[in-house]
Amino acid sequence: MTEQSTEPHDAALDGGGGALLEAAHISKIFGGLVAVNDVTFRVPEKAIVSLIGPNGAGKTTFFNCLTGLYRPTTGRVVFDGADITAKRADLVTRAGIARTFQNIKLFRTMTSIENVQVGMHAQLRSRVTGMVIRTPFVRREEKASYERARELLRFVGLKRHNELAMNLPYGDQRRLEIARALASNPRLLLLDEPTAGMNPQESEELRRLMDTLRSERGISVLLIEHDMKVVMNVSDHITVLDHGEKIAEGAPAEVRKNPRVIEAYLGSQA
Amino acid sequence: MSTATATLRTNAAGIRRLLPNWAWGLIFIGLAILYPYILDQLMASPDDLLDASIQTLGFMIMALGLNIVVGFAGLLDLGYVAFYAIGAFVIGWLGSQQFPDVAGGKGIHILTPVKSAFGSDVPGIHINFFIVIFIAAGFTAIWGVILGAPTLRLRGDYLAIVTLAFGEIVPRVFENSTSGIFGIGHTDFSNGRQGITPIDKINLPWTTETLRYPLELKPVYYVGLFMVLLVIFFNIRLRDSRLGRAWIAVREDEVAAAAMGVNLVRTKLWAYAIGAALGGFAGAFLGTYNNTVNVDQFEFGFSVFILCMVIIGGMGNIWGVMLGAVVLSMLNRYLLKELNGIPDKLGLDFDVTSINFGIFGFFLLVMMVLRPEGLLPSSRRKLELHGEVDESDHIGAESDHELYEVRQT
Repeated sequence: MTEQSTEPHDAALDGGGGALLEAAHISKIFGGLVAVNDVTFRVPEKAIVSLIGPNGAGKTTFFNCLTGLYRPTTGRVVFDGADITAKRADLVTRAGIARTFQNIKLFRTMTSIENVQVGMHAQLRSRVTGMVIRTPFVRREEKASYERARELLRFVGLKRHNELAMNLPYGDQRRLEIARALASNPRLLLLDEPTAGMNPQESEELRRLMDTLRSERGISVLLIEHDMKVVMNVSDHITVLDHGEKIAEGAPAEVRKNPRVIEAYLGSQA
Repeated sequence: MSTATATLRTNAAGIRRLLPNWAWGLIFIGLAILYPYILDQLMASPDDLLDASIQTLGFMIMALGLNIVVGFAGLLDLGYVAFYAIGAFVIGWLGSQQFPDVAGGKGIHILTPVKSAFGSDVPGIHINFFIVIFIAAGFTAIWGVILGAPTLRLRGDYLAIVTLAFGEIVPRVFENSTSGIFGIGHTDFSNGRQGITPIDKINLPWTTETLRYPLELKPVYYVGLFMVLLVIFFNIRLRDSRLGRAWIAVREDEVAAAAMGVNLVRTKLWAYAIGAALGGFAGAFLGTYNNTVNVDQFEFGFSVFILCMVIIGGMGNIWGVMLGAVVLSMLNRYLLKELNGIPDKLGLDFDVTSINFGIFGFFLLVMMVLRPEGLLPSSRRKLELHGEVDESDHIGAESDHELYEVRQT
């Protein structure tokens, strides 16, 4: 990465300045393979930002470093003023970051509602003795979580609430993952290729959903996406990774014209 | 599947819908209560079958406990016998004359008869059975956490091997604790291979009259039944709770569960603790019922025996697991005897009961081929089979060998 691209962000890290998530100099090395190399990245409040790049560019690895599924080799992640570098995944979720997975990871033998209820796990307060006795508090909480799960499923447009996750059509599985992630009341939602396998109409619905999330619920979205139409339409800001390094960033229009991006996507002979 | 089994299944579902769930529950409880009297009517000497049934009640509790670990949380535990052993030794310590010197030879008595039938003081610790079972459950729960903690990072085969080792280690520790435990102190905790016997008979807390098993089996049957009902209630409540959902989520996908805010360590340790507690709960009951606590009872084969109940009955389904306990325990008791004539006729000379685990292995194999979901599959499995799924079409189905560093500590 070039010097001039890191420096302004380091300044931003020191000053704070409205960013919800600040990731500074993140590297992840697997043995001899540098999957992510010194990437600095920020997500402002109520923003939709995208991370793009060719296959194998290290986008998902970077995601995993942010969400505690990987421990970054170097670097620091600050979320909402708190250092969450290398924190356990469930603590990251509690801090307010929720995610979906590129290769859908639903709880297959649980119903849609139960999947969403697991997403609420960290917010529920019932304790084991309470669960056994089923105190009025536990009863109320269970009922409330059920109602909220239904509301979230309606919000993402999923109608089959009592179907097992594994029996849902593909698009609905993607929707269910988003509902499950939203159940933890995140301030930042990480979507890993949410439109993969969706038809144009479904992608458009998803784009609208992201807009609603931002405008109505104040949730920032960090998106990994291959569908350039979605990316260019929805993003405030785009970061491009290639071979684990950040090669460009900026507004969609700038990134689209950047020669390094074109080279990364189309090859150097172009 | 053939249409015959399909119609059978729809008929069964139709019959089930005739009455609400609670009504079925009451019917089954009623039958269980009347069961000893029904046996009286049907058989000239029902004691043998009633004895088998009482043992089965104990096994049922253990199967329900193991079902939490294996069926709900998906942690393959091959050393469940360790918790049986710990629970049984707790009643051995707190309900026998194992420690004759306590309280200056007078013994400690809590809600138990102080004098023996001959009028002399009974030395040793004697705490009422209904207190001891909860002490045993609590104590084994702690050991469940201690033995579970080192296995948290392991999955699949590795987890199975380590738990198997614990199942071997625990009985050996008891066996060798004839002069202090781990070489500390000089108290005899186990009488070595002889084991602790006799164990106090159960007495209701408000009487000094003890139950007279093995001569009179009905009262102790009801004690066992009471314990089973308590455990079922406990299991249902946990299954339908936040913790129950977290267990299934961890079983389905650990990475996703962690990413949804489920604390893996806590969730798994709860499964180990509660599973172990039920093992100890039943262990204390079987300890007094069998009137002896002996390391020979705590064999690896017993862990497999209970695991077979869970698998054959229907992993994850409370009713299936109980059915599995009944089927296996009765097969073990009666079918093997029937088979004993066969080697003779073939001109072979061996005892079928000595290859009982070979026979169970065979049953397990047959089950896996014919009905892998178990006799009574859980409603999840049923839904899974009911909905017609094209596995090849399912994206999440591919096995997930990504090396996530899901940290547990």
